[in-house]
Amino acid sequence: MTKPAPVRRKLSAGPLSTGDKWFFRSTSIAAYFSFVLVALVLIFLFLKAWPALQEQGFEFVYGTKWVAEEGQPLIMQIGPMIWGSMLIALVGVLIATPMAISLAYMIVFMLGSRLAKVATTLIDLLAALPSVIIGLWGFYVFTPVAINWETTLHQYLGWIPLFKVENVDNAFRGSPFIAGWIVAVMIVPIVTSVTREIFSQLDKDLINGAIALGGSRLSVFRKVILPTSSGGVVGGVLLGLGRALGETVAIFYVLQISFDINWGQLLESHGGGVASWILARFGEASSGEISGLMAAGLVLFVITLIVNFIANTIVNRSQPWRKD
Amino acid sequence: MTSLTTASTLSTEDISVWFGQRQVLSDVNLTFPGNKVTALIGPSGCGKSTFLRTLNRMHELIPGAGLSGSVFLDGEDIYGADFDAVSVRIKIGMVFQKPNPFPTMSIKDNILSGLRLSGRKIGNAEELVETSLRRASIWNEVKDRLNDQAISLSGGQQQRLCIARSLAMDPEVLLMDEPCSALDPGSTRRIEETIKELSSSMTIVIVTHNMQQAQRVSDQTAFFLADDNTPGGVVEFGATEQIFNGPIDQRTNDYVNGHFG
Repeated sequence: MTKPAPVRRKLSAGPLSTGDKWFFRSTSIAAYFSFVLVALVLIFLFLKAWPALQEQGFEFVYGTKWVAEEGQPLIMQIGPMIWGSMLIALVGVLIATPMAISLAYMIVFMLGSRLAKVATTLIDLLAALPSVIIGLWGFYVFTPVAINWETTLHQYLGWIPLFKVENVDNAFRGSPFIAGWIVAVMIVPIVTSVTREIFSQLDKDLINGAIALGGSRLSVFRKVILPTSSGGVVGGVLLGLGRALGETVAIFYVLQISFDINWGQLLESHGGGVASWILARFGEASSGEISGLMAAGLVLFVITLIVNFIANTIVNRSQPWRKD
Repeated sequence: MTSLTTASTLSTEDISVWFGQRQVLSDVNLTFPGNKVTALIGPSGCGKSTFLRTLNRMHELIPGAGLSGSVFLDGEDIYGADFDAVSVRIKIGMVFQKPNPFPTMSIKDNILSGLRLSGRKIGNAEELVETSLRRASIWNEVKDRLNDQAISLSGGQQQRLCIARSLAMDPEVLLMDEPCSALDPGSTRRIEETIKELSSSMTIVIVTHNMQQAQRVSDQTAFFLADDNTPGGVVEFGATEQIFNGPIDQRTNDYVNGHFG
């Protein structure tokens, strides 16, 4: 006689009680809703932007002219604003990354636990500051200080193309350099927080092992801590970059927006930012121009989405060596 | 086999250690002669791992740690003005409880990591890698894949790689903090054999919870104990044979025969 085939028992990972069921339902609704929300925003933007995109053609993305005066045909080309957003975001990331990594290192490896908590809270508070406040601070407090830095940079490093200035009367105030610093202030918290998390997940035995081999603080940081956590740190930096690209109000206050494209002369008084441009025009725009502004928003949305996607991929692929 | 050379002698004088206000070790006086393996045994929390860390100044990394007394390496105080913590750690290597190879580095780079971390010149890298891996008896297993990631090795191989990594620094003393507690019996045996071979060229101090291991590998044994709320200290120190077969102190007898701990 052969043994009957084994009957598989049904396993249930689903909700068990009524309360459990409701919890299960409400969380899944919330989860799906976030997808729906993103999709709705995209659809709305796309519908609103379509007329302008159709009319302006592909030149909308790279052209450098914006004419929206009554009685004249609308010309809307967002090139200098897209490049400006990227330039400012890059400057911001270049300034913020070393700051954030140093801060994270200090919090995780140098400060006692009480001071570390205080420092963490302070930095998180910085993230909670509304960007209007940072913009106003940037305009009234930081700009005069930064102009001094810019003058010095121009004086001593003016031979580097980045710090070259064509006309001193039209430079320093409202420059991408200042906007970059403002963006840096705004993204330091997010980059610090991701980096701090990655650093604190590092296996302490790894660091002790490096110290026991005669490593100094610097060599252990450069050869063990940084390589082991590089993936996570890069991800954090890209998250910061995504945020920097979308920054609106703060840049609006400190930057002189201009369609005269600024390829990289950081100290000159003209630059661009997609989001800030939308803010600048929105109040007095005709319906045709609004469609163009929506299209600008759509382009920015897509760029930010791509950056965030890359960031997530990198963070997920890097395996921070977790402690058991 | 490495030929027998006279290795350095390490000794401690009245070592006491505090963490903040709490004293965890009191007046430890031990001598670790060259070419001998010394086992430190005792129940958890008796301060033996802390003591081991005072021997290469690793306890200094713990916030609030304080120390009194001296540690002499061939008569020179490693806490004296002639030494800094880094040069102490170069002369006195350490192997940890859990294998901790650097995950971003290849097997070869792990071996060379100590020299790079301490900023010393690497003479003949190939030769150093081979000698170090041979001394830790793992050369045959990894010689064909020196450029593989170190974490691709098994736990026991990783631990032997960590031993090889310490050996590449050519230390005079090797400290081992329960090096086999995370390993299977086969890997444990191989590491014990390695310890035996290494003792012909260096001084070894090993913390272990495994009584059989202490008996198998060590020449002399120190039994640490911390009574309730008192700092830990050495109850008895002598030849391993004597500690396990004819201890003088009743508490040592109880511990080695498994009556507590």
